[in-house]
Amino acid sequence: MAPPPSPIAEIFSTMGYGPAPEQSDYVRDWLETRPSRGRFFIGGQWVAPRDSIGAIEARNPANAAFLGNLPAAGAKDVDAAVKAARAAFPAWSGLPGHYRARFLYALARLLQKNSRFLAVLESMDNGKPIRETRDLDIPLAARHFYHHAGWAQILDREFPDHAPIGVAGQVIPWNFPLLMLAWKIAPAIACGNCVVLKPAEYTCLSALFFAELCDEAGLPPGVVNIVTGAGDTGALIVNHPDIDKVAFTGSTEVGRIIRRATAGTGKKLSLELGGKSPFIVFEDADLDGAVEGLVDAIWFNQGQVCCAGSRLLAEESIAGRLYAKLKTRLSHFRVGDPLDKAVDMGALADPVQHQRVTRLVAQSVAEGAEVWTPDIALPAQGCFFPPTLLTGVSQSNVAMQEEIFGPVLAATTFRTLNEALALANNTRYGLSATIWSENINRALETAARMKAGVVWINTTNALDANVGFGGYRESGFGREGGREGIIEYLTEKSAWLPAAAGAATGTAPAAASAGSVRGKPGAEPAIGSRPAIDQTPKNYIGGKQKRPDGARTSLVLAPDGSQLGRVALGNRKDIRDAVEAAVAAESWGAQTGHARAQILFFMAENLSHRAAEFARRIRAMTGADSASAEEEVETAISRLFYYAGWADKYDGAAHSPPQRNVVMALNEPVGILGIVCPPEKPLLAFVSLLAPAIAMGNRVVIIPSEAHPLAATDFYQVLETSDLPAGVVNIVTGKAGEIGKTLAEHLQVDGMWWFGTAEGAKMAEMAAAENMKRVWTSLGKSRDWASPRLGEGREFLRRACEVKNIWLPYGD
Amino acid sequence: MSRAKISVVPSATGAPACPSGELRAPIRPLDLDWVEAVRVNLSAVERRIDSLPGRRTVKKEWQAAWLLKAITLMDLTTLAGDDTDGRVERLCAKARNPVRRDLLAALGALDLPIRVGAVCVYHDFVAIAAQALAGTGIEIAAVSTGFPAGHAPMETKLREIAASVEAGATEIDIVISRKYVLTSQWRALYDEVKAYREACGPAHMKAILATGELGSIRKIGQASMVAMQAGADFIKTSTGMEPVNATLPVSLVMMRMIRDYHERTGTLIGFKPAGGITNAKTALGYLALVKEELGDEWLSPGLFRFGASRLLGDIERQLEHHVTGAYSAANRHPMA
Repeated sequence: MAPPPSPIAEIFSTMGYGPAPEQSDYVRDWLETRPSRGRFFIGGQWVAPRDSIGAIEARNPANAAFLGNLPAAGAKDVDAAVKAARAAFPAWSGLPGHYRARFLYALARLLQKNSRFLAVLESMDNGKPIRETRDLDIPLAARHFYHHAGWAQILDREFPDHAPIGVAGQVIPWNFPLLMLAWKIAPAIACGNCVVLKPAEYTCLSALFFAELCDEAGLPPGVVNIVTGAGDTGALIVNHPDIDKVAFTGSTEVGRIIRRATAGTGKKLSLELGGKSPFIVFEDADLDGAVEGLVDAIWFNQGQVCCAGSRLLAEESIAGRLYAKLKTRLSHFRVGDPLDKAVDMGALADPVQHQRVTRLVAQSVAEGAEVWTPDIALPAQGCFFPPTLLTGVSQSNVAMQEEIFGPVLAATTFRTLNEALALANNTRYGLSATIWSENINRALETAARMKAGVVWINTTNALDANVGFGGYRESGFGREGGREGIIEYLTEKSAWLPAAAGAATGTAPAAASAGSVRGKPGAEPAIGSRPAIDQTPKNYIGGKQKRPDGARTSLVLAPDGSQLGRVALGNRKDIRDAVEAAVAAESWGAQTGHARAQILFFMAENLSHRAAEFARRIRAMTGADSASAEEEVETAISRLFYYAGWADKYDGAAHSPPQRNVVMALNEPVGILGIVCPPEKPLLAFVSLLAPAIAMGNRVVIIPSEAHPLAATDFYQVLETSDLPAGVVNIVTGKAGEIGKTLAEHLQVDGMWWFGTAEGAKMAEMAAAENMKRVWTSLGKSRDWASPRLGEGREFLRRACEVKNIWLPYGD
Repeated sequence: MSRAKISVVPSATGAPACPSGELRAPIRPLDLDWVEAVRVNLSAVERRIDSLPGRRTVKKEWQAAWLLKAITLMDLTTLAGDDTDGRVERLCAKARNPVRRDLLAALGALDLPIRVGAVCVYHDFVAIAAQALAGTGIEIAAVSTGFPAGHAPMETKLREIAASVEAGATEIDIVISRKYVLTSQWRALYDEVKAYREACGPAHMKAILATGELGSIRKIGQASMVAMQAGADFIKTSTGMEPVNATLPVSLVMMRMIRDYHERTGTLIGFKPAGGITNAKTALGYLALVKEELGDEWLSPGLFRFGASRLLGDIERQLEHHVTGAYSAANRHPMA
């Protein structure tokens, strides 16, 4: 509400700000007449609900003004949308990339041509300031379509051996409604997929307007389908059997539900979830700059940002000054009508959010934090919450642990770089981090050791379509933007073979867990000959051969049912010990690629010394003829060379986003990888999975082929003679269904490669949901391990890495 | 002029109060730790400046009132080789009546003290300006110390200051020796500025840093910190003769140094951006920046000035637009 015009003389003496309202009448006209009233956008048409499961009332959170009614799509509506997408897929994916590029270009242009309209609509629907929608949300959304128009054009030659996935189901949040839509739709359709998108129930309007733009751009019907609804509708999309890919941005809680719901279905999944991102200020920082950084970090979009810098870690020497500067800055804050052009903060998106933020702040104070808010005016009505600073917040305080998703900063102090990192990484999340320091050595050291997908140095919340965005740990997996984002919407062409084909040599009789050894391990006994020395491999943990915790072994049988020997029957405690050993070997990730390459070369050399022995073992276990057994060993040696070759070459990228920044996209190890080997190719598959993992700096707990474990246990001696540090590779033999489950459930394990059974794959994906392990499964199928295209390559390296994007603005 | 807070450190020179009876920014012993502690990140500075126009804007009556305020914060300046007594007299007349009375009446501002903050000239024209402005309350500022490059013998420079003060200058705009900043000779810079300040006597001193010639954003902050300790009442960006003169990023850095200095000492130092501020919109941007970074207290002639020769003309046109709703033309307003 505008105050009455003040006399100029009075303003001259007070020098206050007046109202600066953005015009919005034309948006209200659209709300009255929009074609989407009571309808969904399916197959290029505005269609009435078939079995709507409720209605949503859209309101402006700043003033509770009614904006419109929206139907919630039921099962038949979602089914119609998926069918429309499926129907459109063959023609859309078959178009030349250049044609798809033209459509994306048209959408980018249309977003620009309607930019002010969209900025106003978004502000009214979401409650965020017009300044932000106008300067950030809408331009970035348009940039995303431009960028991906480019990908559509160059896709074929940049991603040979890849194909679009099919129909993508996309569920997006309410904090950046149009921008998140752009992040989802642009890469999906650029790659030739068709989509069914559901905007968040609080903020559907810009998506519905976007559907009108799709129509105006002449996008073929069914390529983009938009249905409205709440979580129930989202679940219908996620669970629809004809969805091939699910992309979700939202809470970790819902992300976990989606991970479990899609487990074992083969749906490709990317999740961009919550965060509790650290914001570190060193004593040598530009403190005034850092204060503005904090404003951008936690008071941008009312703090309703997944990558919000919500934990301030200030070096003790400057914490007092920093807090004082921050308080001064916040005392100049203007909170009010989001459509006022001179407002810093608008309204929270919904009364429910307001209640939640209020409750969490009260709880934090009850747990000992000191709360401060500036003495500034807040509108009496609407979901407004003041910018809030909590100081003296202990690490266990709710405000340090839980994502508040509101304008609340929790602050504490640190003494050293190591302590700052310890505090920063002491979280289940790993989405983003911010570092302020004028010392480039300190800043880059901190960035390198941060467990986060996006790291900003001396800036914050910078985003660009060509820079991947996404998290480590429970902040989800997959990246959005750039090359990393494209791969999320493609699939490898003919990567998998039916289980039987590839596993032809892997169908040994199930090993028994009891009984005596009738045969002699690895040898053909003859009466009267000298008896072989008994060999009973143990587990290989922390660089040592360790007896299995349960002191049990299981029999290994040859194809003819004769007994080849025994291996350790690992149990959950062996897995526990193996993971502990992997944790202790953390420095492997910090080794240079050159050092890791040398060890892999050395492993190849040592394997070659024993080539004949390994070939004999393979023959004995699988019944393979000697030529193919020898071939398997030779290919395994070549594969070790292959990843030794890659160890110092799988580099990241340096991006140049539109701002004056260099962004370093680093390929980092995932961390601790759990690997379950397939039954087939007991040596080659084992090496093909192990080598890329350790080449990229991961530590591994690997469960060899359950049927043919002896090639892997023989490999202990190769490992022991190759200077591999203890704990980098840990091998536990046993029943994959049991110890693999323990591994998949282990919360210290960061990623899981499951090349066992389909049921096992489903179990692994279910179990992985708890700490959001990155899971790669064969779904019970097999891979052509001998083939250079499928048995080795960039896909393995990509799976072994997590991309970290470090933003570094420059200038002096 | 007003200074709300007075430093606990007495003026080292024991300089008397300035003509208007106000206390001065004291000269302090040089603390090099304060200079060393300066950290400025250019990208962060630019980010703040880029986002501010989107965050703060004034419309309608507020815009008109802010533009009137801008006039009172102006050092109306002529620094040309062809300046004459007649030219300076005309400038002084404009300084006294910067806006047409009919416009002031329409704005309801007839009772407001709408006159510029100072007239800024070379030494040669100080006497004529003092004569023309007698009794108006408008300050007479003289650029000095071998302006604009400052490459004159020290003794000459000190005598130039004294001569201008004697001729009636109430404010002296000195230029620092850029060489001391470029070679990080902070002690030498301090000694130089302090000597100028002592020579100024009762006249207020504005220290021109010539920021366009200092090479890095951090050095602008460091030079500000040295000049304030050496007793500058104002720090000023530019002579108007450098390749790059006042910019918002540089101004932000200097304002933040002023704020830090205030936090450290309680002393309020003034700020003067000069050169290249030619239109009303830019001026409003500066006022918003001052309001946000330093506070309302600085929106007064005692603590903030625009150094400008062409700005007034654009402000007059904008004020007429506010009154009539029609865009104005330069020939409708009396020239300076």
